[in-house]
Amino acid sequence: MTATLQALLDTGPIAINLGLRDFAESLKNQGAPVIHVTWEPPAEIDADLASLLDTLI
Amino acid sequence: MGADLKQRIEDANAEFLRRMNAGDPVLVDVAPAGDVIPGLRDRMILHAGPPVEWQRMSGAQRGACIGIALFEGWAKDGAEAEALLRGGEISFEPNHHHQAVGPMAGTITRSMWVFVVENRAFGNRSFCRQVEGRQQFGDYGSEALQGLVTWRDVWAPALRKAVRSAGGVALKPIITKALQMGDELHNRPIAASKLFACAMAVPLVKAGLPQEQLAATLGYLGGHDLLFLGLSMAAAKSIADAGRAIPYSTGVTAMARNGTEFGIQVSDLGDEWFVGPAPAIHGLFLPGFSEADAGLDMGDSAITETVGWGGFVLGGAPGILSFVGGTPDEALNYSRQMRQICIGQSGEYLIPALGFEGTAVGIDVRKVVKTGIAPVIDTAMAHREPGHPIIGAGLVRPPMECFEKAVRRFAAKHGG
Amino acid sequence: MGNGRGNATSDVAIRKNRYYDSVFLMSVASRLAKLPGIEDAAAVMATANNRKMLLDLGFDPAGLREATANDLVLALRGERDAVRSVFDDLDSHLVRNEDAVSSISASSWREALTRQPASNVALVSVPGHYASREADVALDAGLNVFLFSDHVAVEDELALKRKAAQAGLIVMGPDCGSAIVAGIGLGFANVVRRGPIGVVASSGTGLQEFTCLVHRAGSGISHALGTGSRDLSDAIGGISTLAAVRALEWDQGTRAIVVLSKPPGARTLPSLMAVLAGCSKPTVVCLLGAEAVTRPRGSSTLVARTLDEAAAMALRAMGASDLSATAAAVDVRGWVGAEAERMNSEQKYIRGLFAGGTFCYQAQQILRDRGMTAGSNAPLPSMHAWVEGDACCEHTLVDMGSDEFTEGRPHPMIDATQRRAHVLAVGEDAEAAVLLLDVILGYGAAQDPAGDLADAIRRARAGAERRGGHLAVIASVCGTDGDPQGLEDQETTLRDAGALVCTSNARATSAACELVGRLSGNREAK
Repeated sequence: MTATLQALLDTGPIAINLGLRDFAESLKNQGAPVIHVTWEPPAEIDADLASLLDTLI
Repeated sequence: MGADLKQRIEDANAEFLRRMNAGDPVLVDVAPAGDVIPGLRDRMILHAGPPVEWQRMSGAQRGACIGIALFEGWAKDGAEAEALLRGGEISFEPNHHHQAVGPMAGTITRSMWVFVVENRAFGNRSFCRQVEGRQQFGDYGSEALQGLVTWRDVWAPALRKAVRSAGGVALKPIITKALQMGDELHNRPIAASKLFACAMAVPLVKAGLPQEQLAATLGYLGGHDLLFLGLSMAAAKSIADAGRAIPYSTGVTAMARNGTEFGIQVSDLGDEWFVGPAPAIHGLFLPGFSEADAGLDMGDSAITETVGWGGFVLGGAPGILSFVGGTPDEALNYSRQMRQICIGQSGEYLIPALGFEGTAVGIDVRKVVKTGIAPVIDTAMAHREPGHPIIGAGLVRPPMECFEKAVRRFAAKHGG
Repeated sequence: MGNGRGNATSDVAIRKNRYYDSVFLMSVASRLAKLPGIEDAAAVMATANNRKMLLDLGFDPAGLREATANDLVLALRGERDAVRSVFDDLDSHLVRNEDAVSSISASSWREALTRQPASNVALVSVPGHYASREADVALDAGLNVFLFSDHVAVEDELALKRKAAQAGLIVMGPDCGSAIVAGIGLGFANVVRRGPIGVVASSGTGLQEFTCLVHRAGSGISHALGTGSRDLSDAIGGISTLAAVRALEWDQGTRAIVVLSKPPGARTLPSLMAVLAGCSKPTVVCLLGAEAVTRPRGSSTLVARTLDEAAAMALRAMGASDLSATAAAVDVRGWVGAEAERMNSEQKYIRGLFAGGTFCYQAQQILRDRGMTAGSNAPLPSMHAWVEGDACCEHTLVDMGSDEFTEGRPHPMIDATQRRAHVLAVGEDAEAAVLLLDVILGYGAAQDPAGDLADAIRRARAGAERRGGHLAVIASVCGTDGDPQGLEDQETTLRDAGALVCTSNARATSAACELVGRLSGNREAK
């Protein structure tokens, strides 16, 4: 389901936050629904290991 | 070919997951290790983790070996025991090479009594020794050794009679209930310990034991909050072993540490260890100890995480949330995060705090490497030097190196 | 109080029949051990083993004698007062950290979307290297994107915005610092009344300043949408700006639309002006840094030079006739005269140190419009390039939020460490006459931004006094009376430190210009 820009303006933000946790906290403090995704950088894998993985998964 | 290999892995992992979920551990006996553990010879010490010899052993593991040598009567004091162990007359082998597991240093010798758990779904057996707070952490003082002696002479033989007369004790119902009572079965097996004590009470009373031994054993069962760890480890080992040697399966069958190295084993890759340096533990300390005292990660107890308990179900164990910095939210996240590196979920081990979702089961080495998310393990801490009891507890993650090595080996083996 | 050694103590407190699990108690002990004056802390149930352990650690046997396994023991070693204060208020230390309990976290996109299926916007502030990928996932999930991250490649930005446009979504950003949607601030945002004015802005601080000015004038904001600093470049073609303008035109609560931006690309400017000209609602455009803006024939779009002017035009379009509420409450002219009197003949120049990039930009434009030149690390055309370490031999206006200051360090809106150091350096700068600052309040900003600078301002002023001169300090405060920092407190802190407080960057910059103008007039008169 796509929530268009128009729908966003009509209903107000229902947010998913990736990155700075403060942004999620301040939304919460303003009473806006928010879920904070605990994001971690994807694994740094050697190129050869990455290509091995591509054959396995 | 590539798509074919991927499909084979998926199929093999589905079988791996099926076996993990079908596991039905039953405590069938309590017995001297020498009578039941295959290949456990005299003058041999089984230890936690991947293979390690005296020269590379951590302080706590050395202390525990000294303790067990004294317990066996191989030496009359610590110095003599140390000389004996250094001298190469005693052989060291991993528990995992003998269907066994042991907490912390994990030392098992022939006179050490062990729980005997049978996985009724597959017929394989596993063994785990007593859990206590001193010798397994490297303390070899007389009080520490007295605990082993009482286990050997009083508590274990009493339990043996009761277990045998009860015709075995099914562990799955206890584990299922305990997971819903706030246990994670690694650092917090308190509910399971009490359920087990209740299950044993009547058989113990009926076993015709001398009054004093009965009272002592009931007291031991009732007062030992970590008792069930020995059983959850044996149960987990019996479940994980059923997943061994499935061709093409990338499921992890063991995670174990010896205080020097962290090692894992993978189903398709049989008994080969993939090791990395043992990590430091982030956690909390008992009074009188600090980070400066802490030894590195140690013990076979990560077998509980291997089958999806322990750190994987932290979200359901509010009693030990403080380990993860205190918030239930973070603890739930650890549990959710583990789903990203697992093959599937349990249908029976359900966590109320996660909306009764099943625990994440079947660590897939491919997913660990791909996501960069290492399994989370909650564990106790030993001292860096021999001669101390438990000093604290906390969280640890294995080095990524173990999983990367396994993936490389798997790919090489299958022409990737 | 007493001397060090005599002041040390060790003591135990017992709580009868109070059970806590050992892990919780370890966390209590670890918190207690971190308190000032406490050297060592133990919190345990008084089992025989634990009592023995406490004795071994040297705690008082008498205190432990009556404790049993069902009793809690707290043992502390440290300064007498510190130990006593813990014991006096023991129960408060045995409380679990309730604040930290929240259930807003999820471990993956999938989980977040499952738990909150009505989600309509993703805020992405992960490192730029990963940001486009995450923004792309958000668009695939049908979410609008507020993309705070910078260092996103321009081709990624274009691909994301095209994808969004196809789905009727918007990508605000990359490098989007601020937005207000239906009264809710995203990223860095001030607490602003809801009202009839809709905003589309390529700069975060520009958006904040404009919305604050509207609020201070008694009106309010329907929505304020960010677009990212490059949106109106020809490479992007204003995809987000145009989408935002269109959405605001549809929006029933919006009665006037204001576009704030740096000068658009040569090809994009006409299409922007055409869209605004065709808009059914009053429109205002403020293109900071532009030399002059031509509007299409017949267009009713109002063109503002500054954010203040844009606010005034929008308010007037809403029928506000008296804008005196926004006028400075202080007599700037009188202040300028008095300050100039106290300066010595060496003092000539403005030293602007800005946390907001747009403030640095607007200040340069105001100087340029007055025929003055300045050096800047983010120079407008016709201004001079200045890099940190260069001697300041003319007016200098420094954007302290730019890459060379923020690489691996927090932004000056969050952490004032670097700006403090530069303020102190201005105090040692004999040619500095005016220190020009911005102070930004609102969600996301530092808790006490004025307090973070106050001491440095005092010391800089004292430095000038020592040389027989006088340093004028002018600070603009971008904030509202609803902001968590407390507008009045922040302004008072700045005034107490000796600063003239202005309600906008434009006013502050004008005051600075007047002051240096007065100085040069005085020099000529001599």
